[in-house]
Amino acid sequence: MKELIRPAVSLFVLLSVVTGIAYPLLTTALVAPIFRDEAAGSLVVRDGRPVGSSLIGQNFAAPKYFWGRPSATAPQPYNAAASGGSNLGPLNPALAAAVKARVDALKTADPGNPLAIPADLVTASASGLDPHISPAAAHYQAARVAAARHLPEQTLNALIDAHTQDRQWGLFGEPRVNVLELNLALDELR
Amino acid sequence: MSPHAWLLLGLYLAILLLLVKPFGSYIADVMEGRSVATRLGGGVEALIYRLCGIKREVEMAWLTYAFAILLFNVLGALAVYALQRLQFWLPGNPAAMLNVSPDSSFNTAISFSTNTNWQGYSGESTLSYLTQMLGLAVQNFFSAATGIVVVIALIRGFARHTAKTIGNAWVDLTRLTLYVLLPLSFVFAIFLVSQGAIQNFDGYQDVTTLENVRQTLPMGPVASQEAIKMLGTNGGGFFNANSAHPFENPTPLSNFVQMLAIFLIPGALCLSFGRMVGDTRQGWAVLAAMTLMFVVMALLAMHYEAQGNPLLGQLGVDMNAGNMEGKEMRFGVSDSGLFATITTLASCGAVNAMHDSFMPMGGFVPLANMMLGEVVFGGVGSGLYGMLVFAVMAVFIAGLMIGRTPEYLGKKIEAFEMKMVSIAILVTPILALAGTAVAVTAADGIAGVANPGAHGFSEILYAFTSAANNNGSAFAGLSANTPFYNVMTAIAMWFGRFGVIVPVLALAGALAAKKRIAVTAGTMPTHGPLFVTLLIGTVLLVGALNYVPALALGPVIEHLTLFAR
Repeated sequence: MKELIRPAVSLFVLLSVVTGIAYPLLTTALVAPIFRDEAAGSLVVRDGRPVGSSLIGQNFAAPKYFWGRPSATAPQPYNAAASGGSNLGPLNPALAAAVKARVDALKTADPGNPLAIPADLVTASASGLDPHISPAAAHYQAARVAAARHLPEQTLNALIDAHTQDRQWGLFGEPRVNVLELNLALDELR
Repeated sequence: MSPHAWLLLGLYLAILLLLVKPFGSYIADVMEGRSVATRLGGGVEALIYRLCGIKREVEMAWLTYAFAILLFNVLGALAVYALQRLQFWLPGNPAAMLNVSPDSSFNTAISFSTNTNWQGYSGESTLSYLTQMLGLAVQNFFSAATGIVVVIALIRGFARHTAKTIGNAWVDLTRLTLYVLLPLSFVFAIFLVSQGAIQNFDGYQDVTTLENVRQTLPMGPVASQEAIKMLGTNGGGFFNANSAHPFENPTPLSNFVQMLAIFLIPGALCLSFGRMVGDTRQGWAVLAAMTLMFVVMALLAMHYEAQGNPLLGQLGVDMNAGNMEGKEMRFGVSDSGLFATITTLASCGAVNAMHDSFMPMGGFVPLANMMLGEVVFGGVGSGLYGMLVFAVMAVFIAGLMIGRTPEYLGKKIEAFEMKMVSIAILVTPILALAGTAVAVTAADGIAGVANPGAHGFSEILYAFTSAANNNGSAFAGLSANTPFYNVMTAIAMWFGRFGVIVPVLALAGALAAKKRIAVTAGTMPTHGPLFVTLLIGTVLLVGALNYVPALALGPVIEHLTLFAR
């Protein structure tokens, strides 16, 4: 079996260079000119400085902004350097307790809201960085944001509709609203 | 289930079944050296063989073939271990990641060289770019190629007769990597970037959010690694959140194509098998058995996830969207339930939702999928060799029932073959159940559990089932990055991989040496509905006999507890 060692080692090194160095470098070089923004992380720039990525959610807690999904990242929510979910099982009392606290917080922030609270607004996402909420979760918050900004609720509902993405190609995924993009558009309204 | 879920599953099946035939033929042609690609790349190939001292005409007996494969994979494990232990001093480390601990490095080295890609670590806070691309991504290629060449060797065992050899391992590995895995990955990586997956060598980016908080965005050569991660049914993510991370899997379309990528090669290999044994109906029969089991499992997962959690409904939450804990909004319950089914039937193990937070019966599906032995599509190569082992078992059982010598594809199945088949089938359940038994009785094992009650048991059972079957997904609440779990799961992964590969290659060698017997009126056809039913029955029976007690203690109890309230 000794005669296997030279082919094993040299083939291993050679194919490692091809798949581990040449391939990622070639891919990077090829996509750089075609998909420059995407390859670099879909960064969003406002007033000349990056304020985030349109693919990575941010923590919003002020009443004047739409809030995103709860995030289970540690030590703070929406920590992009440590993605992950809560991993709470469906029967874990800690899950029900966390959801109850979120429901209470939403009700405290907007006591008169007659709408039902959508599930995505009170459950933690898988990545902890989910950039989207459901259209229902956005509309649920319209009254609160309207009050905080002294804007008519209709304006906000129209803005939400304008920022609602349908299923991709009408076939894949779920309808959704990108929270960072919605909030940026909100700041533009003043 | 929503109309969207039905449409999604239907579309998925239609596109998959359209793709498997051409890709299956292509792989068969490449492996037999008569494809356009092998002609075009002949010069490069010859150069590689000359540099490495490989004589391409010299074929190997099964034992030599097995040694070559083992040696190649041991080198892989050593390289991944060394890269992690030395990464702080090596280039390609802009985020200044420290060297990884010995036990975690060991676990990851075994994990990636066995095509498991269990992740004890968190990518974005542990590994340098160099470790990711030269360590993990390289093993994504090599472990995938390993699985495929083993099944090709087994197919040759069926296709040849009175032969001493089953192929040249070096040539097989080289051809698969150069002509199948690399070009597919390259195209797929570019598509992923078009959807928003990142691909760069920048340092981590600090941004100031709208609420004036600093957020650190991780960067890296993600798309190139993501592509082979899915195509090679590896499943080890660049980031901790894996395919739930928006930089790995940015859009519902990228998600759909990732799901296709997982089943593409395992499905196509069924057709390569049919082509190489000279009867395409044999390939379609195996594919039919796989597809039927897949559809049932997918329907179950999507159904239970769409139900939503009644405990949250009681708090006044509108559960129309289904069980959204641990899921991404862009995917929702249908695209997540389907992904979970595919990634666990195939031994991929990438996740786009947190399986730990699935409903009890929603989480039952991924667990049960792995318990079927990763043979329903399964890992690239490993799924088909596992399924062919079950096919031999099925003809053996049928032979016993009618009192004839069992035969499959013109090869008489005798004592030695059945011994190898038995070992290959029994190794993984023994590792999974024994590992679970040790962990639930050891203080270090129980210490890792995150959720109380039956779900905690499921976390441990899931971990060892995933490791032994080389899947790599997790009920990730389990704190598995401890010396106890790093060592225990590494043992399960290594023997769950090579404890099957070696008997499969022995089987290949024994079959190749046999004479081919002629088809007579007494031969049981292995391409019709009868055989498909028999094959499904065998897979389900073995899976059920091994695991029903364990499943009853985990997800089944949990489901009954939840809905008895």
